[in-house]
Amino acid sequence: MASAASLRAGPDARGHFGAYGGRYVAETLMPLILDLETAYRAAQADPAFAAEFDWLMTHYVGRPSPMYFAEALTKHLGGAKIYFKRDELNHTGAHKINNCIGQILLAKRMGKTRIIAETGAGQHGVATATVAARFGLPCTIYMGARDVERQSPNVFRMKLLGAEVRPVESGSKTLKDAMNEALRDWVTNVHDTFYIIGTAAGPHPYPELVRDFQSVIGREAKAQIMEAEGRLPDVLCAAIGGGSNAIGLFHPFLDDESVRMVGVEAAGHGLHTAEHAASLVGGVDGVLHGNKTRLLQDADGQIAEAHSISAGLDYPGIGPEHAWLHSIGRVEYQSATDDEALRAFQLLCRTEGIIPALEPAHAIAAVTRFAPQMRADEIIVANLCGRGDKDIFTVAAALGVAL
Amino acid sequence: MSADRLSRTFARCAAQHRAALVTFVTAGDPDLTTSPLVLDALVRGGADIVEIGMPFTDPMADGPAIQAGNIRALGGGVTLVRLLAMVADFRTRDADTPLVLMGYFNPILAYGPDKFARDAHAAGLDGCIVVDLPPEEDAELATALTGHGLHLIRLATPTTDVRRLPAIVSGASGFLYYVAVAGITGAGSATADDIGVAVARIKASTDMPVAVGFGIRTPAAAAAVARVADAVVVGSAIVELIGAAHTARANDLPGQVETFVASLATAVRAARLDDAA
Repeated sequence: MASAASLRAGPDARGHFGAYGGRYVAETLMPLILDLETAYRAAQADPAFAAEFDWLMTHYVGRPSPMYFAEALTKHLGGAKIYFKRDELNHTGAHKINNCIGQILLAKRMGKTRIIAETGAGQHGVATATVAARFGLPCTIYMGARDVERQSPNVFRMKLLGAEVRPVESGSKTLKDAMNEALRDWVTNVHDTFYIIGTAAGPHPYPELVRDFQSVIGREAKAQIMEAEGRLPDVLCAAIGGGSNAIGLFHPFLDDESVRMVGVEAAGHGLHTAEHAASLVGGVDGVLHGNKTRLLQDADGQIAEAHSISAGLDYPGIGPEHAWLHSIGRVEYQSATDDEALRAFQLLCRTEGIIPALEPAHAIAAVTRFAPQMRADEIIVANLCGRGDKDIFTVAAALGVAL
Repeated sequence: MSADRLSRTFARCAAQHRAALVTFVTAGDPDLTTSPLVLDALVRGGADIVEIGMPFTDPMADGPAIQAGNIRALGGGVTLVRLLAMVADFRTRDADTPLVLMGYFNPILAYGPDKFARDAHAAGLDGCIVVDLPPEEDAELATALTGHGLHLIRLATPTTDVRRLPAIVSGASGFLYYVAVAGITGAGSATADDIGVAVARIKASTDMPVAVGFGIRTPAAAAAVARVADAVVVGSAIVELIGAAHTARANDLPGQVETFVASLATAVRAARLDDAA
């Protein structure tokens, strides 16, 4: 249990991380969110809940994911030792499944009989469809119509798993609009439906419980790097859209002062343009989707459309705990452009024989910038949070290759 | 004081033994030129209270009709500043009809809650309904609004249980807005019986007038709710009419709105007379 002085003690009883977080939802949803919190507290106190979660992590997801020393990339960059936390090797190919297992176990405890979710790149949709199939619950996935187009392999995967995929035609037709539509579904089907939110954002207690379920990444990483190197890493690095893989890696290390942490936002066509998804570096405080956080918006409080080559990072907000960690300076937030991510994507393919998702390619892009500046005895752990099979069409198009 | 407009209106309707008719339109819908004419048409048609929607890019509690209204209005260039100018302009023609802003929190937060409350009071607004601001998060805005004599109107819903109701009622002012359907605007409808039970439950814990909205689309439906509530709110049906008339390039859009609102007003005014007969 973290002490009050710990950076791991948040959120407070009302779901706030400093000035961020909270529960900004329609009154219709408030009683549900309070119920969810009660159910989560009961689950936390029940050893059987943790036991079932751990069993599924081991036997269904395939955890622990390896901690891999990327020797070839380390040599290529000529600086710090680079390790990858290989969450792309999980069942369904990304870290998203960790959170989905936790939430569907909660849904079951609460007696809910129907699952809904939003998805951007489709990884969270696939993970949700997977656990819904495994636990025998009907499942509806909301996905922006633009994302349905650029992530067609994942759309088909969700359908194979028995989910209904509803393309969302409103707004920018991407992740934020999918989340709006999922909230509209939830407010209409309050009695039987459980909403599995995919990132560490939304109304309290979602940011907290998603973080807790994803913290399996950081707990394993800590034990694995201690075993491999006998000490803590110097730098942790992870890509950030909503921020669930990053908070999962960072959170168990927050009180380890020697560990520097770098979150990498999507800079799209560049921070000097209007086409990026860097809500910390380029956004201001605001309220959307149930929480106060940093948002891309205009002077009138209208939400701007984000842009990233990676559909999973294409969101104008960010989880409230990241907004807080940014405000107190504990985590350093950088960004990588579409072009930098594409170069890192190809570099990893050629040097390590790993095709990463475009999301972690942003983290790798940042690593290529700072690893060469570091000493050979320093250690970087980067989160390889998803595999790139889903992105080959996007990458081919960006490279001008006809498939 | 401007906030008295609401209590005067409810008192007048009560004296006439009828419910108040509340009509909702989105500010700037279908465009900045037509929108003020629509406000006037609502009043001419017989609206007792006007809810004016502040458009938002991400209206999470709204169905397709009001989403479309928001898109038309934002496309036409409405901002919170222009909305307040529209309110001030309306006040030069109408000093009495209460105007209540309905919207989401982010545009108000971006404007600055205190500055917003000051400017809204100066413009002649009477209160605010902020959809995504439950009592747990509304302290900052409540303080700002109350400080400038505006009402913070709170919502109760079918999921609001006996444990929550007291917290909602305490600190609410103006009237209580009962959302009759667990869902988004413009979809589904509750039975008059269910609404009657819910209103009675709310009335047991407050003396405030209770307005009922969501899913009320026709004069008959409005009349049914008018028998059991202090006010009836109609929104999506009017916004749909504006959308259709705009698409058809109708040159009498305000006239069509007035005619429809008049049919609602007639039904609401006659509702309790039918009972007596």
